Amino acid sequence: MKFITIDKKNWAKGIEKSRETYRLFGPVKDKNGFFIRDLEKDMLPDMTCNDSVMSVKSVLFPQTEKILFASLNEAKEDHHIMKRVPFDPKQRAVVGIKPYDAKAVELVKMNFDTDDYRDPYWCDAYEATTFVGVGINKPGPFDFSTSTGTGPFSETGLDVLMADLDDAYLAKILTDKGDAFMKSCGFDKVADEKESLALFDILRKEAEKNISSHIDSSKLKDKTVLELHEAPFWDDIAFSCINCGTCTFVCPTCWCFDIQDEAKQKYASRFRNWDTCMSPLFTKHATGHNPRDSKTQRVRQRFMHKLKYFIDKYDQGIMCVGCGRCVKSCPVNIDIREVCKIMNSYVKSN
Amino acid sequence: MENPYLPYPVRIDNIEIATEDKSLKTFKFVFINPEDEKKFSYHAGQFAELSIPGIGEIPIGIASSPVEKGFVKFTVFRTGVVTSHLHNMKVGDIMGIRGPLGNWYPWDKLENKNVVIIGGGFAFTTLRSSIIYMLDPANRKKFKNIDVVYGARSPGMLLYREELYEWEKRDDINMHITVDGTNDTSWKYHKGFVPQIVEQNAPKADENTYAIICGPPIMIKFTQPALVALGYKEHQIIMSLENRMKCGIGMCGRCNIGKELVCKDGPVFTLEQLNKTPKEY
Ligand SMILES: Cc1cc2nc3c(=O)[nH]c(=O)nc-3n(C[C@H](O)[C@H](O)[C@H](O)COP(=O)(O)OP(=O)(O)OC[C@H]3O[C@@H](n4cnc5c(N)ncnc54)[C@H](O)[C@@H]3O)c2cc1C
Ligand code: SF4
Ligand code: SF4
Ligand code: FES
Repeated sequence: MKFITIDKKNWAKGIEKSRETYRLFGPVKDKNGFFIRDLEKDMLPDMTCNDSVMSVKSVLFPQTEKILFASLNEAKEDHHIMKRVPFDPKQRAVVGIKPYDAKAVELVKMNFDTDDYRDPYWCDAYEATTFVGVGINKPGPFDFSTSTGTGPFSETGLDVLMADLDDAYLAKILTDKGDAFMKSCGFDKVADEKESLALFDILRKEAEKNISSHIDSSKLKDKTVLELHEAPFWDDIAFSCINCGTCTFVCPTCWCFDIQDEAKQKYASRFRNWDTCMSPLFTKHATGHNPRDSKTQRVRQRFMHKLKYFIDKYDQGIMCVGCGRCVKSCPVNIDIREVCKIMNSYVKSN
Repeated sequence: MENPYLPYPVRIDNIEIATEDKSLKTFKFVFINPEDEKKFSYHAGQFAELSIPGIGEIPIGIASSPVEKGFVKFTVFRTGVVTSHLHNMKVGDIMGIRGPLGNWYPWDKLENKNVVIIGGGFAFTTLRSSIIYMLDPANRKKFKNIDVVYGARSPGMLLYREELYEWEKRDDINMHITVDGTNDTSWKYHKGFVPQIVEQNAPKADENTYAIICGPPIMIKFTQPALVALGYKEHQIIMSLENRMKCGIGMCGRCNIGKELVCKDGPVFTLEQLNKTPKEY
């Protein structure tokens, strides 16, 4: 296992240098908090970010993405024949990603990269991206990531995991992609393996101790879908929800999307946009019939998807990485940790 | 692997008005690149996304049959943005088709079985595909008795009328055509709702008989008890669902019933399977 020490004095210069090969993404602060942005020239990832309002999902899955286009000009030979928007093959690196967000990318991959179909937009972006993570020394009060198969120093889904040591970063190189990125920055000061491992271990344990919030999802697997779906608690859970969809937009593991067309003059574009199961339009048929017409049905869908259907479909745990964003952002304080507890402990009474 | 969002370019080869109120039209498409027809190899029961650049895409059951070559056919009810636009298009216009998508009626399992087809209104498209498939000389001997109950509001609202009357004359298929009502004194077939005609005419179930039902929710709701009364078990009742769809490839997330995605794991399910999932269809 290779470790590299990066003196923070050299950080900015190294990151700038990597731009020769990489298009960079990372946390940037504005008046509403931290967001993951395409880092334009002279912008650096803000490494003081402890948690970002939005996750990194937008790097691989932009909120709006043009996927196809066609000319509608009948004088053109290929009019009305749709084509893929060309993919920019330049390598990308997300710098300063949190471990739980990297785990979320792995979960979302199960949706977009399947045996039957490969979503070329998501998968091409994924393959072109290097994930340079940084451990969270002081997890916030909403973080329950140690209960979801990740944690403040988890390596899943990362190419590099860095530890912030005040005046330096200690970087653990996890993949060849990670190694290539570090080389492109010119970061090559190798650190002692044994010492580094020990240091990571201490930091991880310290950070994990700071996590005060936990969930238990162990019993969900053995319950039947219908038992949970027909349970009496859903109206109570959904009661205060205003169906704003915030929880699904901030969630790094929510991937649902809509496809919409647009025609301007003689040019047609097809876009895909993030969508939300919280919207009644999501499932409404042209006939007016709507299988999830009520708010309760939609709230139930969100939690059943994350905490039951996903487990049953993939057997890879729940579709939640414990980032706490939905808990923090919900205007009416609906809390997935509470819902998980209710579902996990539910026993149908006869 | 190919881009599953990219439609095959097709040309509208023919448009037929399918019902007397003109709310349904049958579109015949020809692939612009002949090699795409091979790639679009399908089974009866599957659907496709009809794709109009700049307007949108709609999931529509494939009404032509795998045994019909050189074209694909769809029958479309005019209701919203895309279907209305399509109804205004002309022969020669160019658009796209994405597919084939979803699963199909379980043709392997249906071999050497009696098959009862039950359809109502304009949900007869993939059933037409199925009947043509089973009646094909190369396939007919694979199946035992074939019964068809098909009903619409009035004679002019029945889809594929010419074909229905042709099948009526054959002795290797039992047709039970019905209309809710008609003033036409020359009407030679049944009068009455589908569930009632099923009860009176469909064969009783033994373990070798399967029913395939497609129709509006109300018809399905009342046909189920009729089938149960005739001895059909949950696994012998096969249905096709129509949830709202976008991607058609199991990725956009909107068409689920429980963990099943209707576009990819369906649209065909047995009642036995459906009874284990939330009724969100
Ligand atoms: C598997 C399957 C097979 C179908 N087969 C047929 C058929 O053979 N003939 C036929 O006339 N209709 C069929 N439908 C229904 C048809 O898809 C809708 O009537 C159509 O999408 C309405 O589109 P619109 O743009 O005119 O309506 P709008 O109300 O303007 O809808 C906007 C968009 O929402 C989506 N949408 C709306 N309603 C539905 C719906 N019921 N099902 C799926 N997506 C929807 C579509 O993407 C549509 O473009 C089928 C649906 C499914 C799921
Ligand atoms: S953020 Fe809260 S109020 Fe908004 S849709 Fe989600 S649960 Fe409902
Ligand atoms: S469900 Fe909430 S806590 Fe879980 S990953 Fe999504 S936003 Fe984070
Ligand atoms: S239509 Fe997108 S998942 Fe089924």
